[in-house]
Amino acid sequence: MSDKKALTFSIMDGPFEQARIVTVLRMIDIAAKRGYKISVFAYEGAVSLPFAKQAQHPNAVHGNDLAEENHPLAKDWIAALMKTARDNGGELDWINCGLCVDERGMGDAIDGVRRGTPGDLWSCASESDNTLIVGTR
Amino acid sequence: MKALQVISSAYRCTIEEQDDPAVWITHAMKGQGAELGVVLRGNAVCYSIEGQDASGISFGDWQQTNPPRLDRDIASLVDKGIDVYVIEEDARERGITSSAFMPGLKPITRAALAGLFAEYDQIWNW
Repeated sequence: MSDKKALTFSIMDGPFEQARIVTVLRMIDIAAKRGYKISVFAYEGAVSLPFAKQAQHPNAVHGNDLAEENHPLAKDWIAALMKTARDNGGELDWINCGLCVDERGMGDAIDGVRRGTPGDLWSCASESDNTLIVGTR
Repeated sequence: MKALQVISSAYRCTIEEQDDPAVWITHAMKGQGAELGVVLRGNAVCYSIEGQDASGISFGDWQQTNPPRLDRDIASLVDKGIDVYVIEEDARERGITSSAFMPGLKPITRAALAGLFAEYDQIWNW
């Protein structure tokens, strides 16, 4: 194991439902800025986080057009985290659980996302300093 | 590397997934050579009871077959050599005594958890 920290996260929730996603992505952001080696195993609904067809929308209730609203999209946050990790000499390896992708039709993910199995979670965790499971509730 | 799976969220999506995803991934990783233990806590202690039947759901003409078999999935963890612990206090609060646990499950007190955690490299809280 190198002197750079290696962390594994497993996430189970999709976007736009609760606070766990923002919280865990903020933690990953800190790790990315420190140049850590980060692995994320997206399990169950979390495979929808990097779904490429997420789209912004205007919000009439807010009185904002599309640009003004700048609606947050998890796929863009993840792409930014991948870039941050690279820019700081680290990496963010995002693995989508393949079976979870298939049952949800979420095969169209952003660049940098790869398909994997629970064996990938185990191998990443085995090579990490620690692992955080962010289970759904 | 040894990891302890602490499972508390229960019956959350078991009809749709035909299993508990935390239990399922434990089986899947064990199949990949992982060294794992399991602690059932909170509502998940109810998985320790044999004879659960979640069959019969239907929507219109759709009859769902192959229901989740949570008791079978826990028992087969034991069959694969995985230590499965059940927190006694959590079971008792739900009217379950350790004598009702399926064979092979290990009662453990909350006070003994710290010692159990020390036997593992990582603790995963599902």
